[in-house]
Amino acid sequence: MRDGMLILGASHAGVLLAATLRENGWEEPITIVGEEPSPPYQRPPLSKGLIAGEVEPEDLALRSFGFFRDAEISLELGSAAVAVDPAGREVTLSDGRRLRYGCLALATGATARPAPFEGADLDGVAVLRTLSDALMLRERIAAAGEVVIVGAGYIGLELSAGLAALGGRHVTVVDCGRRILARAASATLATFVAERHRHAGTRLILGARIARLNGAGGRVTDVELADGSRIAADLVVLAIGVRRNDHLARVAGLACDDGVLVNRAGRTSDPRIVALGDCAVRHSRFADGALVRLECVQNAQDGARAAAAGLTGKPVGMEPTPWFWSDQLGLRLQTAGLTSGVDRTVQRGSREQGRFSLWHFAGPRLRAVETVNAPAEHLVARKLLQAGCPISPAEAADTRIDLGARFLRREMALSAP
Amino acid sequence: MPTIIYEQPDGIRRRVDAPEGIDLMLAAKRNGVRGIEADCGGACACATCHVYVGDGFPLPEPEPEEQAMLAEVAAERLPQSRLACQITITSALDGLVLRIPARQF
Ligand SMILES: Cc1cc2nc3c(=O)[nH]c(=O)nc-3n(C[C@H](O)[C@H](O)[C@H](O)COP(=O)(O)OP(=O)(O)OC[C@H]3O[C@@H](n4cnc5c(N)ncnc54)[C@H](O)[C@@H]3O)c2cc1C
Ligand code: FES
Repeated sequence: MRDGMLILGASHAGVLLAATLRENGWEEPITIVGEEPSPPYQRPPLSKGLIAGEVEPEDLALRSFGFFRDAEISLELGSAAVAVDPAGREVTLSDGRRLRYGCLALATGATARPAPFEGADLDGVAVLRTLSDALMLRERIAAAGEVVIVGAGYIGLELSAGLAALGGRHVTVVDCGRRILARAASATLATFVAERHRHAGTRLILGARIARLNGAGGRVTDVELADGSRIAADLVVLAIGVRRNDHLARVAGLACDDGVLVNRAGRTSDPRIVALGDCAVRHSRFADGALVRLECVQNAQDGARAAAAGLTGKPVGMEPTPWFWSDQLGLRLQTAGLTSGVDRTVQRGSREQGRFSLWHFAGPRLRAVETVNAPAEHLVARKLLQAGCPISPAEAADTRIDLGARFLRREMALSAP
Repeated sequence: MPTIIYEQPDGIRRRVDAPEGIDLMLAAKRNGVRGIEADCGGACACATCHVYVGDGFPLPEPEPEEQAMLAEVAAERLPQSRLACQITITSALDGLVLRIPARQF
């Protein structure tokens, strides 16, 4: 058999890479190896619709089985790659099998970060990264009365929002940061979102370090904070971020930083190996060329398209504006661009009406835009960032200006032949 | 199951038997219909599931949010433009033809 494309990781990045390779005319065999036994599924709904009971696992399929069959993409699910040998172009699986490759793609994503405190192995302590985590959590939630979520990032807050909507439980979110969403949102947005969570009945305990989780008879009973106070809990969910899965690459000797180091086309330090999605890190023009590792669906998908283009000799294209979304408490939160290095922010629209956006500038340049319940404005912002439009803070804040008409359609008119 | 017909810009058609209750984007995605990118998976957050809908079917009017997003789609916006993720499949849509635009970005 010809040594074709071997993809490690059967999720957003790996599956779109396989599909796009076929669309681009790749004729060699394609195999995807995935550690999770479930057929490839969408991850974002795990902390949203699935917890709320609005969607079921079968609604989450990324592609149908018929698709994989017709596209001749073979799926090896429920087995993990345990070693990569770049010299021999061979991957060893957990069941001892060895697969040869012509090209290898690392799309191994990230895994829930282990807790840096004692007690995380008690019964009643859960994480939320995979479908099986989410299904187990859903069962636990049904029987829980006192839920403590550790970590006020997007996933922890989406979960607490879902629990607040279900009602009937005490929900506490604990975070060591002085505010929620410390890593992924501006302070202004965080303040607005925190207010909504409190209003929904969720208790937020901020600036608090966890000392340990206590239990009795093997079951968790409470969360103990560094100041000695205790919060009763019959369910504790750890939402404290992820650890990138770049271990295989490191052992194989590929260049790594905060993840597997790649160029725009996903190429690693080995010309036969690409990496993409949550496990990869690269220089971004949206961060003045600094190294960034993003954890969002858009990045996984862009990485897949860029790698597929590079592997099939098609133009890879400029890096598109990074973006992600989150849904919680009826708020559609979207961020376009990267918020590092921001020194000035203006608001557009009204916070009272729950529909506004925050325009972040670094010096004179627009750097990132956060929108709340304004998806069309988010799309405009993405295009403005993409084109490096010279919009000023005053113009961004002025709701009398139709930004799309003023900046985008005019540019299009100018660039038309 | 209602049949939905997806037509590529070059005129090539693909018939998909789609269960009622799911949306037009999901039916395309699951079956690997190309050209409907759907980066947000149907959260009405990306506008990369743009399609041109055929005449003569009882489609619900777009909500204001979808309406506003249609102004920002990558390909030309036409009166038939819709976001495929915002339309739920019913038996009344049997035989509907969706034309896929040349670009979604
Ligand atoms: C609950 C939740 C909600 C989210 N919500 C949003 C959202 O609203 N918006 C957004 O933009 N992003 C969201 N994200 C982030 C988004 O899901 C990730 O960025 C995306 O899934 C990354 O895709 P990936 O394919 O790179 O990695 P992953 O999705 O992590 O997939 C990697 C896969 O590789 C497998 N794997 C790992 N190691 C091996 C190995 N050695 N051998 C074989 N297989 C292996 C893993 O089991 C996994 O299935 C959310 C994430 C979670 C967990
Ligand atoms: S799939 Fe993103 S808006 Fe339709």
